[in-house]
Amino acid sequence: MTSSSLKYSKDNTDKRLDYNSLRQLKEEAYKNLKKRVLKDDAIGINENGTFYLKGDYYEKQLRIALRNCGIIDPGNIEDSIATDGYKALADLLENNVSGQQIVDDMTRANLRGRGGAGFNAGRKWAEALSHEAPHKYIVCNADEGDPGAFMDRSILELDPHSVLEGMAIAGYAIGADKGFIYVRAEYPLAVRNLKIAINQAMEKGLLGDNILGSNFSFSIELRLGAGAFVCGEATALIESIEGHRGMPRNKIFRTAHKGLFQMPTVLNNVETLANVHMIMLNGVDWFRSIGTKDSPGTKVFSVVGKVLNAGLVEVPMGTPLTSIIYDISGGIKNNKKLKAVQTGGPSGGCIPASLVESTTVDFECLESLGSIMGSGGMVVMDEDDCMVDIARFFMEFTVEESCGKCTPCRVGNKRILETLDRITQGQGSEKDLPYLKELSEVIRDTSLCGLGQAATNPVLSTLRYFENEYISHVKNKRCMAKVCRNLLIYFVGEGCIGCGLCKINCPVKCIEGERKIRHIIDPEKCIKCGTCMEKCPVHAITLS
Amino acid sequence: MCNNKVKDDFTELKHIIDETGHEESALISILHKTQEYYGYIPRQAQGFIAHELKIPASKVYGVVSFYSYFVEKPKGKYQISVCLGTACYVKGAADVLKRLESELGIKFGETTPDLKFSIAQTRCLGDCSNAPVLMINDKLYSKVSPDEIPLILESYKEEVSS
Repeated sequence: MTSSSLKYSKDNTDKRLDYNSLRQLKEEAYKNLKKRVLKDDAIGINENGTFYLKGDYYEKQLRIALRNCGIIDPGNIEDSIATDGYKALADLLENNVSGQQIVDDMTRANLRGRGGAGFNAGRKWAEALSHEAPHKYIVCNADEGDPGAFMDRSILELDPHSVLEGMAIAGYAIGADKGFIYVRAEYPLAVRNLKIAINQAMEKGLLGDNILGSNFSFSIELRLGAGAFVCGEATALIESIEGHRGMPRNKIFRTAHKGLFQMPTVLNNVETLANVHMIMLNGVDWFRSIGTKDSPGTKVFSVVGKVLNAGLVEVPMGTPLTSIIYDISGGIKNNKKLKAVQTGGPSGGCIPASLVESTTVDFECLESLGSIMGSGGMVVMDEDDCMVDIARFFMEFTVEESCGKCTPCRVGNKRILETLDRITQGQGSEKDLPYLKELSEVIRDTSLCGLGQAATNPVLSTLRYFENEYISHVKNKRCMAKVCRNLLIYFVGEGCIGCGLCKINCPVKCIEGERKIRHIIDPEKCIKCGTCMEKCPVHAITLS
Repeated sequence: MCNNKVKDDFTELKHIIDETGHEESALISILHKTQEYYGYIPRQAQGFIAHELKIPASKVYGVVSFYSYFVEKPKGKYQISVCLGTACYVKGAADVLKRLESELGIKFGETTPDLKFSIAQTRCLGDCSNAPVLMINDKLYSKVSPDEIPLILESYKEEVSS
């Protein structure tokens, strides 16, 4: 024990832990947690003493990053310790494992960044380790902004200690003494639980000076985002922590060389960090035995949209998409037909139903289809979704969130959105399609950061797989999914009983007809509000 | 948030800055706390923060305007959304908006000085058969005529003062 750790153990004898007292606390905490779990019908106990969530939905998954979510109390560090929390860190410290050894293990494990880019986390660590600097930093990217994705939120809210431990291990490996978690201000519960977790870990001596009585000191600070999607991009996030507008940097240096405050910085995503503990405890070979050769491990997806059971699904990489959608998530709602699966949020693409059969979820397969893994958003769409409208929706999002630094993204995406707006309003022409494709490619090739480079992916992938929908919008002025209102015509069918309800309720008085005689809608005057269809007692009004 | 906080007295703001730090990297954290305190980030406060952190006021303004979470105008306790969708528009939503603006003495996008009401335009609220409609916080008012506006507002004014 060093002298400074002796000082701490005198001041705070009952609180700050060392290796032995951590082991003792684990035994006690495990008993307490087990007692609670035995009373809980939703949680089962495996043969090796670990816990799992009962029910088909969970048991069909392989939960590694989400291992403790829903099982432990995130507000109580002892629950985390009971499930071996901080054991990986303690083992490394106690056995004096060198940073180089950890980095080598991580590189061999090939844990690819779960935030979307899929870069080997170990290689980032290795580069940061190789540079000498007065300070080094670990940054956790918890600025999860994709609409419809909430993997990171769940981990932060339900198992914050797994992220803190991952950061501390990374810090120990590369020789960093400070970490930052950049979390969205829109996640108040995550912020609250992280604050509690950091305080408890500091109290127990699992963070702060001389962790567990060793020479290693590491503290973590929370930084709140302020509603800018682009801050999920690594260099924009660093700019934001430094107190600037969140605009991406020109990438002259990697962040692992010159990142935060121009010091070597390892920037990892929440889910990536949550995996570190398991790799360190169970070994590289165990990790590599899960998933595929080039994408080892598991991935958490937030499966939403037209599936029966929407929620978080963690499966080994390489799992067929069909098994996620049908086996685990229960298939498509209301017995409709699957049309496409959108992966990767606003930077991703749409995979058509015809290819879903043969798709497996790993970095290579998704990329080859023109989509991306992204952070794990997965939106399932059925025949009622219009692909042109979906592309328009994502472009609207990107235009709103573009930081404005580079011209292709700032101006180009706006032009794309205007074109899509025209098409969905029935004013498109056939010339628009090659124009959309060309402009999308230019934006992809010339934007400064990942946001711009991937912004037109939704357009390119829908153009590739659903060109017929675009053509029917511009040529026949028809929206097959009946989504684009301006392309629809309301029509009173033969079933009309002439009750006049539609006529009374029409806000623009475009329906004519005598009582008990079939009514007629004037399509010129109709504003397509849908009121008549809603009011018709015999469902005689249809859309075409 | 409380509207009586004197905008030229920065004692509390000074306290916030001292607590958070004077380095430039503390700027966003300071702005978060400032907005929590005032309910928005007043221009004067931005100037004060710039002075304390020894950075240009334009830099502070640049950051405030970049992030959508930060607002420079206080929002009212009651948010009035006037539907300007097509159906409401042809049924006279513009007149409703005009009356609302004259009753409250503010334009859309603004907030009354007592921080009770703000007016916002909104796209279709999906209640076309009851056009024109307006919404106050989560409560929907259908088939509103301009002459009903004072009566509707009255109920909120009373509620506020009680």
